[in-house]
Amino acid sequence: MSFVAPLKNLDRELARFHGRLKAGGALVGLLAIALLARTYHLQIGQHDLYSQRAESNRISLIPTAPNRGVILDRKDRVLAENYSAYTLELTPTQSHDLDATLAEISKLIEITPGQLRRFRRLVAESHEFETVPLKSRLTDEEVAILATNRYRLPEMEVKARLFRNYQAGPGMAHVVGFIGRINDRDLARLRESGREESYHGTAHIGKTGLEQSYENVLHGRPGFEQVEIDAAGRAVRILSRIPPVSGKDLRLYLDLDLQAVAEQAFGDYLGGLVALDPNTGGVLALVSKPGFDPNLFVDGIDPDAWKFLNESPERPMVNRVLRGIYPPGSTIKPFMAMAGLELKLRKPSDSIADPGYFTLPNSSHQYRDWKRGGHGSVDLRRSIAQSCDVYYYRLAADMGIDRMHDYLAKFGLGEKSGIDLDGESSGLLPSPDWKQRRWKQAWYPGETVIAGIGQGYHLTTPLQLATATAMLANGGRRVEPRLVEAVRDPLTRVWQPQQPVVHGQVAFSPANLAVVRQGMIDVMRPGGTASAAAAGAPYAIAGKTGTAQVVGIKQGARYDASRLARQYRDHALFIAYAPAEDPKIAIAVMVENGEHGGSTAAPIARAVFDYYLAGKRPAEKTVEAVDAAE
Amino acid sequence: MPQSSNWFMRRLGHLDGILLTLVLLLLGISLAVVASASGQSSARISGHLVNIGLALGVMVVMANVPPHILSKVGLPLYVTGVVMLIGVALFGEIRNGSRRWLNLGFMAFQPSELLKLALPLMLAWYFQHNEAVLRTKHFLVSGVLLLLPFLLILRQPDLGTAMMLGASGFYLLFFAGLPWKVIFGGAALGAASLPVAWGLLHDYQQRRVLTLLDPTSDPLGAGYHIIQSTIAIGSGGLFGKGWTQGTQNQLDFVPERTTDFIFAVFGEEFGYVGVIFLVALYLAIVARGLTIAARAPTLFGRLMAATISLNVFTYAFVNMGMVSGILPVVGVPLPLMSYGGTALITLLLGVGIVMSVATHRQLNKT
Repeated sequence: MSFVAPLKNLDRELARFHGRLKAGGALVGLLAIALLARTYHLQIGQHDLYSQRAESNRISLIPTAPNRGVILDRKDRVLAENYSAYTLELTPTQSHDLDATLAEISKLIEITPGQLRRFRRLVAESHEFETVPLKSRLTDEEVAILATNRYRLPEMEVKARLFRNYQAGPGMAHVVGFIGRINDRDLARLRESGREESYHGTAHIGKTGLEQSYENVLHGRPGFEQVEIDAAGRAVRILSRIPPVSGKDLRLYLDLDLQAVAEQAFGDYLGGLVALDPNTGGVLALVSKPGFDPNLFVDGIDPDAWKFLNESPERPMVNRVLRGIYPPGSTIKPFMAMAGLELKLRKPSDSIADPGYFTLPNSSHQYRDWKRGGHGSVDLRRSIAQSCDVYYYRLAADMGIDRMHDYLAKFGLGEKSGIDLDGESSGLLPSPDWKQRRWKQAWYPGETVIAGIGQGYHLTTPLQLATATAMLANGGRRVEPRLVEAVRDPLTRVWQPQQPVVHGQVAFSPANLAVVRQGMIDVMRPGGTASAAAAGAPYAIAGKTGTAQVVGIKQGARYDASRLARQYRDHALFIAYAPAEDPKIAIAVMVENGEHGGSTAAPIARAVFDYYLAGKRPAEKTVEAVDAAE
Repeated sequence: MPQSSNWFMRRLGHLDGILLTLVLLLLGISLAVVASASGQSSARISGHLVNIGLALGVMVVMANVPPHILSKVGLPLYVTGVVMLIGVALFGEIRNGSRRWLNLGFMAFQPSELLKLALPLMLAWYFQHNEAVLRTKHFLVSGVLLLLPFLLILRQPDLGTAMMLGASGFYLLFFAGLPWKVIFGGAALGAASLPVAWGLLHDYQQRRVLTLLDPTSDPLGAGYHIIQSTIAIGSGGLFGKGWTQGTQNQLDFVPERTTDFIFAVFGEEFGYVGVIFLVALYLAIVARGLTIAARAPTLFGRLMAATISLNVFTYAFVNMGMVSGILPVVGVPLPLMSYGGTALITLLLGVGIVMSVATHRQLNKT
C-alpha cells in the first residue's frame, strides 16, 4: 500500500460522502414538502370542512323535557302533578360486571329486592347505551353518598328527573291513569305518528286513562340546550337555550268529593258507576272498584306488584265503566218502551194481562216473569215501575229483532260512547246479521223474546247505559261523555272550555217521552222496584233497576242467592237521572254480585244524587238492606 | 471557585451554538404546547421541565465525550443489546400482546431502546475501523449486524421500532457509501416481493395491515385517533385557534395529546403558519447536523452526525405523517416536542453526540 493512494482514496471517499449528504438532504427536503403539502391540504384546502366537524364535535343539542300538564278536578284540586326527584340510573352496557356494580351500590345505599327486580326487567327491555333507573326519589344524603363514589362507578349517574304524583289515590286511577317508561311499542307508535322528536329527553309517556288519551295535550314540546361537550360527552358550558313548552293542563267535569261519595257508597262491593251531566255529557263521577295505586307504575312497576295486580281475581286493572260488559237486564226496559211507543206498536194506555209467563205461538216454552204469578193488568207505566217481564217479552215478539236492534242503536247501544278515554268496549247489540257473522247460525224467535228484557246476547257497558239514560233525561240528544271540561294553555294561563260533542238528536214524541219518564219516576215511588232508595229525597228521581245474570238458570229452576257463592250472584244494575223535572245528573251503577238493582245499586245512586243535588254527605252506612222486590 | 467556574464554562464550550438555539426553541414551543394540552396542569409542566433539565444535562455530558472514546463503546453496547434482545425472545415479559420487556429485577427495560443508540455506534465504529480497507465484504457484515437486531425486534413483534432501527442502520450504510445499485436493486426487489409476502399473510394479518394503512375503516377503534387529530389540524386553518383555544384539544377529542399526538394540538392552535415554522426548525436541525457531518474530521464522526440528524428528522416526519393521516399509526413521539423523559433523553443524547463531533476537531486516529 503506497503512501499516496490512501490519501487520494480519502478525498474520493469524502467527495462521495458529501454527495451522500446532499442526497440525504434532498430526501429530507422531499419529505418536508410532502408534510407541508399534507398539512396545507388539511388546514387551508379543507379547513372549512374540518372547522365544521370540530364544531359538531364540540356542540351538542341536549333536549330538556317539558313540564307535563297537570290534571285538576272541577274545583281545581290536583289529580296529577309533577315533581322533580333525583334518580340513580345505570348504563348497563358500560358495566363490565353488572352484578358486581349492583353489589357495590347496595353497600352504599339501600336497594330493595323489588327495586332490583324492576331494574333487571328494565335492563332486559332497554337498548344499548340507554340508562336504566335503579332507584328514584333519592334522599339528599343518598345523592351525596353516590356523588362521592361516582369516580369508582362511572356507569352510574344521578339524574334529576320529572315524575308524576297521583295524590288522588286508587279511586281516581281508572280516570287519570298513569304514565310509564316509553317502551318499544310506544316508540313505534310515536315514530308512525311523526311525534318521536317531541320525546327527546323524555322517558315517560301516558299509558292509561287521561294520561294516555290526552298525551298529545299534556306532553308539551321539549326545549334544547346547545351545550359545549368534551369527548366524554360531559357538558362543559351552555351556549344557547330554547326553553321547552310545557304541556297543557286539564280540568275535569269530575268532582273529587262526588267521586269520594260514590266510592264510599259502594261499601265492600265492587263495581262501576258513571254519572254524567245529561246536558253536556260531562263526567261528574266515574268509579271502577277496585282501583289501584297508579304511583306504582310511574318509574316502572316491580314485577311482583304487576303480577299481583294482573292476576288478582278482582281484576283491579279493568275499568268496569268502560270495559265491563254486562247484560243490561231490566235496565233496557225504558228504551224498549220508547221503541214500542215510537214504532207505534204500543199506546201508553195499552194493557196486558200478565199471567206470570209468556209463550210464543206454536211453542210450549214458557218465558217466566221474575214475579211468580205475574203482575196482573199492566200498562206501559206500570211495566216500567214494576219491571214486568211479560210485557216486554210480548213487545219484543211484536217488534222483531231487526226493529229492536235499529231502535236501540239510536241510544248508542252496541257502539262506543266516544268518551275521551281509550280502550272503551262497544258492547253488543245483537241482530240476526251479527249472529250469522259471529256464529254462522240463524236467529231464533225465542232469542228475540229474551232480548226484550235485556238478556241473551245483549251486552252493555255502564257507560253506554249512562249515555242512553242521559238521552231520556235531555230529550234525545246523544251527548258524548267527556271528562275534560277545559284545557289551559301554560303561557296564557287561560282556560279554554271544551265544546260538548253531540252525536245527533233522536226526535222523540214529547208525549211518548213523558210516559216513559213517568214510568221511571214510578220506579222510585211506592210500588216501584226502587222506591226504598228514593225515600225522603227532596227531589224527584227517575230510575230503572236491573239484574245481570252471572250464571245461567235452567228452565224451571229458581234463582236462589243463598245457595250461590258470592262471585256467582247476579250483578245489580241501576240507571237514573234527577231531578226528574229538570235533569242535572244521569247515572248508571253496576254492583258486582249485588243481586238486586233496587236494594244495592239504587242506594249508591241516591247517595250521589244527594251530594250532587242537595250537598248532603251520606251517613256512614250507605248500602242498607232495603226491601224491594224486582 | 473561578477555577471550577472556568471548568464549567469549558464544558459548555463543547455545545454547538446553532444546534443549542434550535433545540431550546423547540423545547420552548414544546413547553407551551404541553401546558395547553394538559390543561395547564402544573404537575405535567413541572414534570416536563424536569425531563428537559435531565435531557439537557445528558446532552452536555455527551457533547464533552470525545468521539474516539464514544466509538469504543459501540461494540460492547451492541453485543449487550443483542444478547438482551435474545433474552427478551426467550424470557421476556408480554405486555399488550408483544414480548418487548426484559425484567431486570429492579426495573423493566426495553432492550430495543438501547439498540437505537448501539447500532449506529457499532456500525460507525466498524466502518471507521476498516476505513482504509473498506470493501463489499464489510457492507455485507454490517448488513448482518443491522439485520440481527432488526429481525429480533420485528418478531417481538414491534414493527414501528424495527422500522426506525432499520432506517437508522440504513442511513449509516448509505452515508458509508452503500452503492446506489444495491440501494435501488434492494428497493426494486422489495417492491417486487411485496405481493408474494402479502399472499403469505393470514387473513387476520392482512386485515390488520389494512386497518393500519386506512384507519378510517375503523372509525370507533384505531381510526378514531386519526380522525380526531386530522379534524384538529384541519380546523386550525392558516393561523390556528390560538394557544389554549383549540376545542379539539381542550375538550379531550385529541387522544394522547401531550405525547404522540402533540402535533395535532400544535396544528390546531398555531395553524399552518405554526406548522411551517416547526418543520423549518426540524429542517434547520438537519441542515446543521449535516453541515457538522460534512466538516467532521473522522469517518466515525461523519457517519454519526449524519445518521443522527437524519434520524431526528425521520422521527419527526413519521410522527407528523401519522398524526396528519398519511402514515399508519405507530407509536413514535415527536422529537423534542412530545412529553416523555426516555424519548427526550435518548434524543438529546444523540444531539450531544453531534455536538461532540462538531467541537472535537482534532484527528483522533485509533
